[in-house]
Amino acid sequence: MLNSGISVLFEGTNFLRLLEGLFETLRVALIAVVISIVMGIIIGIIRTSKNKLVQIPFRIYLELFRIIPILVWLFVIYYIVPANFGLELSSELVALIVFSLWGAAEISDIVRGAIISLPKHQVESSKALGLGVVQMYRYVLIPQATKRSIPPMINLITRMIKTTALLTMIGFVEVIKVGQQIINVNNLEHPTVSFWIYGFIFFLYFCICFPLSRFSRKLEQKWAT
Amino acid sequence: MTIDWQYFVEVLPHYKTALWLTVKLAAIGILFAIVVGMICSVIQYFKVKVLNQIVQVYLEVARNTPLLIQLFFLYYGLPKIGITLSGELCGIIGLTFLGGSYMAEVFRAGMEAVSKSQIETGKAIGLSNLQLMRYVIIPQAFSYSVPGFGANCIFLIKETSVFSGIAILELTNTTKNLMGIYYKTNEALLMLVIGYLIILLPLTLFLTWLERRVRHAEFGN
Repeated sequence: MLNSGISVLFEGTNFLRLLEGLFETLRVALIAVVISIVMGIIIGIIRTSKNKLVQIPFRIYLELFRIIPILVWLFVIYYIVPANFGLELSSELVALIVFSLWGAAEISDIVRGAIISLPKHQVESSKALGLGVVQMYRYVLIPQATKRSIPPMINLITRMIKTTALLTMIGFVEVIKVGQQIINVNNLEHPTVSFWIYGFIFFLYFCICFPLSRFSRKLEQKWAT
Repeated sequence: MTIDWQYFVEVLPHYKTALWLTVKLAAIGILFAIVVGMICSVIQYFKVKVLNQIVQVYLEVARNTPLLIQLFFLYYGLPKIGITLSGELCGIIGLTFLGGSYMAEVFRAGMEAVSKSQIETGKAIGLSNLQLMRYVIIPQAFSYSVPGFGANCIFLIKETSVFSGIAILELTNTTKNLMGIYYKTNEALLMLVIGYLIILLPLTLFLTWLERRVRHAEFGN
């Protein structure tokens, strides 16, 4: 009984199709991560400004992504934009928009936190040494802030990869959708197939996220000051 | 963008039920997650043999897999090998499984933040392990854990939106259904966002306040 389901995994191209689905997932996550990092660093540096007019709008932007679940954001962009502005958005584009905006918000907070947590004397000493603003950032602040922000950034990337599972709910064909298709085809013949397919996808996600979170912890320990 | 205000009044009862269910499931899930988290963190803190390894494996599995897949596995996978659970029960188990690992991490970090010298001092003045826990470690660990704990609560409440994948009629799923019936996309999604704001905005503000309050308990202040 139990074994009949697992055989489906290796039948025909099923195994390859699941991996292809996983690849789609990772592709979207990777593009979103690159955009988020670039945008996040820029916004993060802007947010270190003490001007309230700069701080408040970005704070609201960040809190909106913290308070409203990502699934809701996906639905909002996926349904509202085409219905009201007559724009055709593919589910992939919706995913990229939401993930990039979310990632940028979170990374900006990491970057800002890393910069303002640097002791004040670092800035003062570099000024005393006669470094210009660019030199101060290039040689003093950025190298130290990088070390503080990379481990949380990797954690965020792990979270983003995990969150890509939600994309199946807006009809994006990724690993879970492929799994569901395989289950639908084989369900009658092999009743236990859903146990094995979902178990396998579970395992796939673990294989990707576990090394990442391990790596981030290693870096954190290594750079701990 | 046109909004039909009359529609809000019509569907309000649906949202009320859904909001209540969301809060209920999240609260039960968080409660169990706290229990699981405390047990795991104590096991890790004292490095209890064998159990420590089991907890470690659990933490890694729970933290490195998406909730949606955990739920699909519970809801669609397990019945095939003879274990059938209702949707809501799956939701609570999933949330506890995920939340327990996050809570454990926060509590453990809180206990480890209590400095070694205090524990040594406690032992030197003759406190037993239990007394050490009760009078030295827990009060301080509590105040260190509050920010992380609050973030976890908010995270777990948000994660209940994923329950819509296993046919639980919480906020997100209700909205999806209503959109399917009435095609009032703007109104339904606006209600959804408002629903989450009603739960999470006061909680966020409360947690910020609480964080400031408990800082008094920290050593040296």
